[in-house]
Amino acid sequence: MTHRMVTAVLALIGFFVSLYLWLWKLGLMGPLVCTTGGCETVQLSEYAVFFGVPVALWGVLGFTSLLVVSLAGLQNRWVEQRGPTVLLAVLSAIGVGFVGYLTYLEAAVIHAWCQWCLVCAGLVTIIFLTSLVTLRTWPAVRAQAQRRGPS
Amino acid sequence: MAGRVNMKLFYGVLVAIAVVGVAAVWTASRSAGADTTQLLDAPVPVNASAFPGYVMGSDAAPVEIVEYADFTCGACGTFTILQGPDIKQRLVATGLARLRFRAFALNQSSLLPMHAADCAGEQGRFWEMHDQLMFQQRDWMSASRPMRMIRDYARDVGLDLDAYDRCMEDGRFMNRIIATRDEISGMNIHQTPTFDIGQIRVSGAISYDSIKVLVEKATAQTQAGGSE
Repeated sequence: MTHRMVTAVLALIGFFVSLYLWLWKLGLMGPLVCTTGGCETVQLSEYAVFFGVPVALWGVLGFTSLLVVSLAGLQNRWVEQRGPTVLLAVLSAIGVGFVGYLTYLEAAVIHAWCQWCLVCAGLVTIIFLTSLVTLRTWPAVRAQAQRRGPS
Repeated sequence: MAGRVNMKLFYGVLVAIAVVGVAAVWTASRSAGADTTQLLDAPVPVNASAFPGYVMGSDAAPVEIVEYADFTCGACGTFTILQGPDIKQRLVATGLARLRFRAFALNQSSLLPMHAADCAGEQGRFWEMHDQLMFQQRDWMSASRPMRMIRDYARDVGLDLDAYDRCMEDGRFMNRIIATRDEISGMNIHQTPTFDIGQIRVSGAISYDSIKVLVEKATAQTQAGGSE
């Protein structure tokens, strides 16, 4: 179940990056650390809010759900089940679609890059690809989990 | 057994990431200075004109380097520290180019430092204050009361502090800063630092060598245009 461990680690990193951006949006952080120079432009743009909720908060919620599902999938009850991986693939697919849209906005509409947004985009894309690969090779992954026994 | 060891390692990694994450967020929140909140009440511009910027160098210089920068932008600070001295000594002082600085406020927290620089400019000390703000950027940006530290810079560069305080209290340049920001945004500039050198626009903390090449190119274009 290495892929669920990888997903949990990446989701936790993504959670803190999103949390940082969300707290900044709430005015609780100091100046935004940004080497690309465009983070504030992106974060202050009209596109930084989606359905009335800051995009960064969507990130916090998204990475939290990925973290919860991946940790649940590592428990004895679920470790040999395909369901958690399917759920991770579905959730991360939604995430990939969302960050794809946001990255398009940065490139074509806002004309500025936010490094933290790109980090989140990269993380969710890796999670999605990992889930896909795991689903395609599921019999081998399951057999490996059975050999290792309960954790 | 191997599974148990792996899981222990895995949960150890998760806890380590969580500790680092909480520490990083906590540290970042500590730099949210009490007096940065007043920036959120910055006035809306009323019939203000954009400011063309502060110029260093000769009017006779064949090329003008226009820098669009923000005092809170890390890349701008890095650029000023690493490339600023070369640009001043090797391009501006030699008459090869002149430098025009246009303040481009990226966010609300950029406004007061810019205003402080303008108040210094009112007393003919803009570039001294500019250097203080850029060179000490990490210090004042992470301070709990950044404007108090910037006031110390004002004293260090030799400003009349009473006049500086009046200028800051009046907010007399705030509308101009916002009008300038709006004008620069309308020029399709969205990040800092950005440079216009002749007809060429580049963004990022580029090297002195790159700027020199662009200045030479712009000079050649100017001379070719003049000889036609």
